[in-house]
Amino acid sequence: MDTVSEQDLRRLVDADNGTVSREIFIDRAIFDREMARIFSRAWLFVGHEGLIPKPDDFFASRMGRDPVILTRNRQGEILVFLNSCTHRGMKLCRYDQGNARAFTCPYHGWSFSTNRDIVDEPGELVGVPHFEAGYGDRLDRRRWGLVRCPNVTVYKGTIWANWDAGAPPFLDWLGDMRRYLDFALDHRDGRPGGSEVIGGVQKWRVKTNWKFVAENFAGDMYHDISHRSVDAVGIGPGGKGRRDAQRPRLAIGFSALGHGVLGELPHTVEPEYAPTFASDPEVEAYYRRIYDDRVRNLGNQPRVTNSVGTIFPNMSFHSRQPRTILITHPISPTEVELWRLYLVDADAPQPVKDAARHYYLRYSGPGGMTEADDMENWTYATDSSAGAIARRHDFNYQLALGHAKPAPGLRGAVQSGTYSEENQRIFYRRWTQFMTGGDWSELMPQTTSVEADNAD
Amino acid sequence: MRTDRRTALERLFLQREIEEFLSVEAELLDARRFEDWLVLLAPDIRYWMPMMRNVHSARGTDESTREQADANWMDEGIETLTQRIRQLATGIHWAEEPVSRTTHMVSNVRLLDIRDGTPCEVDTSCRFLVYRNRQQDEADTFIGKRLDTLRQTEDGWRLARREIRLDQNVLLAKNLTTFF
Ligand code: FES
Ligand SMILES: [Fe+2]
Repeated sequence: MDTVSEQDLRRLVDADNGTVSREIFIDRAIFDREMARIFSRAWLFVGHEGLIPKPDDFFASRMGRDPVILTRNRQGEILVFLNSCTHRGMKLCRYDQGNARAFTCPYHGWSFSTNRDIVDEPGELVGVPHFEAGYGDRLDRRRWGLVRCPNVTVYKGTIWANWDAGAPPFLDWLGDMRRYLDFALDHRDGRPGGSEVIGGVQKWRVKTNWKFVAENFAGDMYHDISHRSVDAVGIGPGGKGRRDAQRPRLAIGFSALGHGVLGELPHTVEPEYAPTFASDPEVEAYYRRIYDDRVRNLGNQPRVTNSVGTIFPNMSFHSRQPRTILITHPISPTEVELWRLYLVDADAPQPVKDAARHYYLRYSGPGGMTEADDMENWTYATDSSAGAIARRHDFNYQLALGHAKPAPGLRGAVQSGTYSEENQRIFYRRWTQFMTGGDWSELMPQTTSVEADNAD
Repeated sequence: MRTDRRTALERLFLQREIEEFLSVEAELLDARRFEDWLVLLAPDIRYWMPMMRNVHSARGTDESTREQADANWMDEGIETLTQRIRQLATGIHWAEEPVSRTTHMVSNVRLLDIRDGTPCEVDTSCRFLVYRNRQQDEADTFIGKRLDTLRQTEDGWRLARREIRLDQNVLLAKNLTTFF
């Protein structure tokens, strides 16, 4: 397709009957529209406070196809700027991370500051070579400051940004999906926050469409069969299987918001403690103590445990074992750059952090024994859908069609059993809403925009 | 800094012996004789692969992730290397089924430090090039540096430590299912 009309788009996804056209995984015009309609309006994960702990620290991030600079200024504000010089577009910051008083462009030397002691608006142009002689007083330094992202929010260490000034607050966007994200970000003993990033972000390229990754993490228990080789060799922290025994998880989908998770309902009865790191007494003792603390700290408050999920559109996470954040940056219709961050309790003893790191790295990321197979699946699903004939044939998302029922304790959510593609149907319904226009009053239902804690 | 008393000629023999060891090792990997490769690893091996970052040239020490502190591409011991090899042998590890074709090349081998003692250990550095061809048109080229420590035992040389420094910032391959 050269261009794509709303009518075309509505034909491509039939979420009610569980079919989706392969075009949306291949087509360039659809991809460009995704960048314009989804990635420039959605809340996107751009980093973690741990990546920019000190004033003037920066981290080069992305929002869709746009490179951005995430930085903390001298006043402590966390800011996000388009990483492209306002003069002629040069990528202003070509480092992955660092510390800088000002960002100076290598091309013609324009420089920009975030320090409010020097400028009124962070990102303002402060240095221009040949300013007097060349521009006189005709160059408006404010007008040519860095393009700044209007909405930036920090949530339990994670940093989110949104280009649309009219967008709803992040917590409304998140809705009750928050409980599941909390389980990844909170301390294992139930204290809010309390996790940190294990230094370093894994970044790697995969020739697949970004939605394959997002929909997989949104709740695809069905694909577990492709990981049988890992189950067989016992990489789990307890030395058996792929991970330690878990209670069955349910596909829980947030119908109006597009998020999906495989997890438990917000129950109050924790399963019995199961020895997790039996091979290491110190690590084992830590998890046992933390388990007791969690039960004591949270008491009868609703709480969730195991989960893996996607927050629409492209932020995915594992929150138990391993405990990671996976961002799927779209590069082209058929390529992504995956970014993986690993989380651990900030105040855990070093041996606990080491055991977690080793386990995470042999499970996740490109060197992960589990994820290596996912990359194979996503790559060849993309490649073998690109042909003229293949494109005529829809994908099937009919698993557990019609089995969704309300998820107790969660607003606007449904659960549909363990093996279900309801979350994928929800994801693609949400995708269509964004792609076919609609303003925020249409996109954000009132029922999910209440403070999450009032729900129970 | 040398702690050995070898003559130049003895050192040359040692160099040759170690180059031979590294070539045999590469051959075993390319021939997918992974069980035989495992035999060449010391039981206490540390096998790790840091990630490289783009940082200002004045902050050179930040250029790679830290050992035993940061996330890396890989951080393995004998137990998990053995598990990886068992996974390859299941026949249902889809990332390597059907198998990829690899060619490992090792060059610029240098002996950095020879520590005589029981056992004798030798720190070496080299360059590697690993080509992986998969299915029809998937081709990955991994190029970088290796720092290996070899240990002399009654049964021959064993690999006691390997640090793999890949010359990529964003990994350009979809996964790492081969050994370096
Ligand atoms: S492009 Fe940045 S100063 Fe010209
Ligand atoms: Fe998977």
